[in-house]
Amino acid sequence: MKSMHITASALAIIAVSATAAAARDQVQITGSSTVLPYATIVSEAFGENTDFPSPVVEGGGSGAGRKKLCEGVGENTVDIANSSSRISKSDIELCAANGVAEVMEVRIGYDGIVFASDVNGPEFAFTPADIYGAIGLNVAKDGALVANTAAKWNEVNPAFPDQNILMYIPGTKHGTREVFDEKVLIEGCKETGAHALFAAVAEGADDKAKASAANKECMKLRTDGKSVDIDGDYTETLSRIDADKSAIGVFGLSFYQNNTDKLRVATMNGIVPSTESIAKGEYPVSRPLYFYVKKAHIGVIPGLKEYVEFFVSDDMAGPNGPLAAYGLVSDPELAATQAAVAAETPMAPLE
Amino acid sequence: MTDISAQPMPSQSAAASIMVGSKGMKKRHAAEARFKAYGIVAIVFSLGVLAFMLFTIFNDGISAFRQAQLTFPVTIDAAVVDPTGTRDRNTMAKVTTFSYTKVLNNSIVAALLDKGIPQEKVSDKELGEMVSKSAPAQVRNMVLADPSLVGQTITISVFANGRIDGYFKGRVTRDTASRDSNVSPAQLDLADTLRDAGILSLGWNSRFLTNSDSSDLRPETAGLGVAILGSLYLMFLVLIICVPIGVAASIYLEEFAPKNRWTDIIEVNISNLAAVPSIVFGILGLALFINFAGLPQSSAMVGALVISLMTLPTIIIASRSAIRAVPPSIRDAALGVGASKMQTVFHHVLPLAAPGILTGTILGLASALGETAPLLLIGMVAFVDNYPGAPISGFFDPATALPVQVYSWASRSDPAFLERSSGAIIVLLVFLVIMNVTAIILRRKFERRW
Repeated sequence: MKSMHITASALAIIAVSATAAAARDQVQITGSSTVLPYATIVSEAFGENTDFPSPVVEGGGSGAGRKKLCEGVGENTVDIANSSSRISKSDIELCAANGVAEVMEVRIGYDGIVFASDVNGPEFAFTPADIYGAIGLNVAKDGALVANTAAKWNEVNPAFPDQNILMYIPGTKHGTREVFDEKVLIEGCKETGAHALFAAVAEGADDKAKASAANKECMKLRTDGKSVDIDGDYTETLSRIDADKSAIGVFGLSFYQNNTDKLRVATMNGIVPSTESIAKGEYPVSRPLYFYVKKAHIGVIPGLKEYVEFFVSDDMAGPNGPLAAYGLVSDPELAATQAAVAAETPMAPLE
Repeated sequence: MTDISAQPMPSQSAAASIMVGSKGMKKRHAAEARFKAYGIVAIVFSLGVLAFMLFTIFNDGISAFRQAQLTFPVTIDAAVVDPTGTRDRNTMAKVTTFSYTKVLNNSIVAALLDKGIPQEKVSDKELGEMVSKSAPAQVRNMVLADPSLVGQTITISVFANGRIDGYFKGRVTRDTASRDSNVSPAQLDLADTLRDAGILSLGWNSRFLTNSDSSDLRPETAGLGVAILGSLYLMFLVLIICVPIGVAASIYLEEFAPKNRWTDIIEVNISNLAAVPSIVFGILGLALFINFAGLPQSSAMVGALVISLMTLPTIIIASRSAIRAVPPSIRDAALGVGASKMQTVFHHVLPLAAPGILTGTILGLASALGETAPLLLIGMVAFVDNYPGAPISGFFDPATALPVQVYSWASRSDPAFLERSSGAIIVLLVFLVIMNVTAIILRRKFERRW
C-alpha cells in the first residue's frame, strides 16, 4: 500500500511539474523527410524575421507524421504534419475519432523524382517502359507474360549501353515510392502491354477490379538483386552508387541539384528534370508536397498561423524564393493557397 | 649405477631432461608462440581499425573548425532598411532579411569596385551568392539592436558560402565546380583573388561550437551549440536522477535485503534490463512521460528520464560490485564496536565503495552520452534552432544532443554537412575521452585494494 502511495505521488509530481512547464511557446512540426529540408529553411527564416522562436521540425516519414497529428488536441501533440503524399481517408477518420475535427491542407509546391547515375558513367534516356522492362517481375514478351531475365540494359532497349542492370529505389516506407510505383512502374507496365495481359488473367468482378489487380501485379519487382530497396535516405543511395558505379538511383530533384558534381541525371520521355520542366508539367514524375495544420491549435500555440502564412508567402515559396532555390517547384496556384491560409479554410472532405 | 648407465638410452627418456628439447615440448612451445602471435594480430587488427576510423574522422572533420570569412564594408542603406524613417525598432523589424540581402549584395559589389578588383565573368548576383545566406540575418540583428547604424558604413565579417568554403578546404575543385549548379569556376577564381586582396580569410571557427543548427541552404553556419547544451543538460539530469536511485537500490540489495526468491528475481531482472535494446526504453518513454505524464516533447527532461531508465541497471550493477568488494571484516569490526547496521553502511562501507560507484556511474553516463535511438522516439532528433533556456525551466525546452546532430547532419543532401558531421564526432569523442579519463583518474587515486 505504502509503495503504491509513493508511486502515485511521484507520478502526480511529474504530471504537475509538467503542466507547469508545458506552456509551449514554439510550433512543433513532424512528418515527411522530403519536406523536412524545406520546413527547416522556413523555420530558420521565420525565427530570424519574427519575434517568435523557430519551430522545432522533426522528420520520420509522412505516414507517421499524419498519425501523430491525429493523436489528439493539446499542447503535447504536434501542430503541423509535413507530408509528401495526400492525407488519406483513414487518417481523417483517425483524426475525427481523437477530437481533431478540422485540419487545414496547405500545398506548398511540387517535387520531382529523378533517376541518376555516377557522373562518369554513360548517359541514359529512359521511358517508364524501360524502367519497368528492367526491374518488373514479369514482363510482356511477344504477347505473353514471362519472368524478367534481362541482365544488361541493352537487353531491355538496344539503345542502352552494355551495362549491368542495378537500380536503387526508395523503400516502401517512403512517400517517394508511391509516386515511383504510380508514375513509373504502372505507366511503364501499360506502355509495354504487360498491364493488359495482367488484366486479362486477373480475377475480379468488373474491369475496375481487374485493373486494380493488374496494377498490383505491375508493382511487383524482381527479387534477384537487380532492384534494391533503400530504406535509408538519399545519402545512402548516393554512397551505394559511389561504391558500385554501374548502378542507377532514384533521388529527389533537390538532392540531385545539390550533388550535380557527383551524379548524372537521366531524362524521362526525353525531358531533362528541372524546376522549370516540372512546373510546366512536361517532366512526368513529380508530385505535390503538403503540410497539414491542426486548426484547433491556431490561436493557442503562439506563431502557428504566422508560420503557415510565412511559409506560403511569395518571399519563401514563390518562384524566386529560397525554397525554389533549393529545388522546390513552386505552385502556380500559390495565391489561392495564401488566401485559403489567411481565411483559415479547413480542408474539404475527401471524395 | 654403472649397469644402468651402460644400458642403451631409449630415445624417449632423453626427453626427461629439461635441458634437452623434445618433440612434445617443441609442440607446446610452438603452440604458445602461435597463441601469442594470434593475440598480437588481434591487437594490431583492432588498433588498425581504430586508427583508420580516427584518421577518416579527423581527415573529414578537422576542417569544420576552420571557416572562410569575408570582411568588407557594408553601407546600411536607410531607404531599404528603414523606409518609414522612424528609426523605431518595431517598425524596422518589418523589413525582412530578403531586403537585407540586397544591402549586402550592393555592398560587396561596391567593395570590389572600391578596391579595383575586376569581377571578371562573375555577375553581381553570383558575387552576392558567394556570401553566406546567414549574413543578412546577422546584419539585421545588428541594426535592430542599434538603430543608429542606419545610414552608416560598417565593416563586418561574415561567412562565405559553403561551396566557396569547401574550395579552400579541397572539397570543391574547379573540375567539380564546372558540373555543379551551385558554384562556377569563375566564382572560385574570384575567391582566390579576394583572398589575395585580404577580403576573404580562412580562420578558426569558434562558431561551430556555439551556433545552433542551420537549414540545408547554409551548411557553413551549422554549429553544435544547442546539441552541446542539450547533452550537458541530459548528463546533469541523468546524474541527479540515477545516482540516488541507483545507490539506494544497490545498498538495499547488498546490505539489507533478505536472500529469497524475490530478491533473486529482482537481481535477474536488473541484469536483463541492462541488456534490453535502448530503443525499447524510447517507446516506454513516449508512452509514459509524454502521453501519460504530459511532459513536453523534444525536451531534455524527457530525454534524461528515458536515458536514466536505460542507465540505471548499469549503475546498479557497478555499485553493487563496488559495495561487494568492501571486505566483510570492515563490516564485522564496525558491528563489533556497537555500530548499527545503518551506521556501518554509511560510515564505513559506502565511503570505501564510493570510488567504484563513481567510476561505474561515469562509465554509464559515457555510454548514455552516445545514445540516439531512444531520443528518436521522444522528438529530440529534430531541427532545433533556438537554444534551450537556463535551468530549471530550460530542462523543458526543446533541445537536441551531440549524437543526434551527427546523425541528422549525415543525412543532409549538401556534402558540406559531411564535414560538420565528422566535426561533431570529434567533439563527441573529446567529451567521451574526458569522461573516461576522469573515471580512470578517480579509480587510480581513490580506489583501495585489500
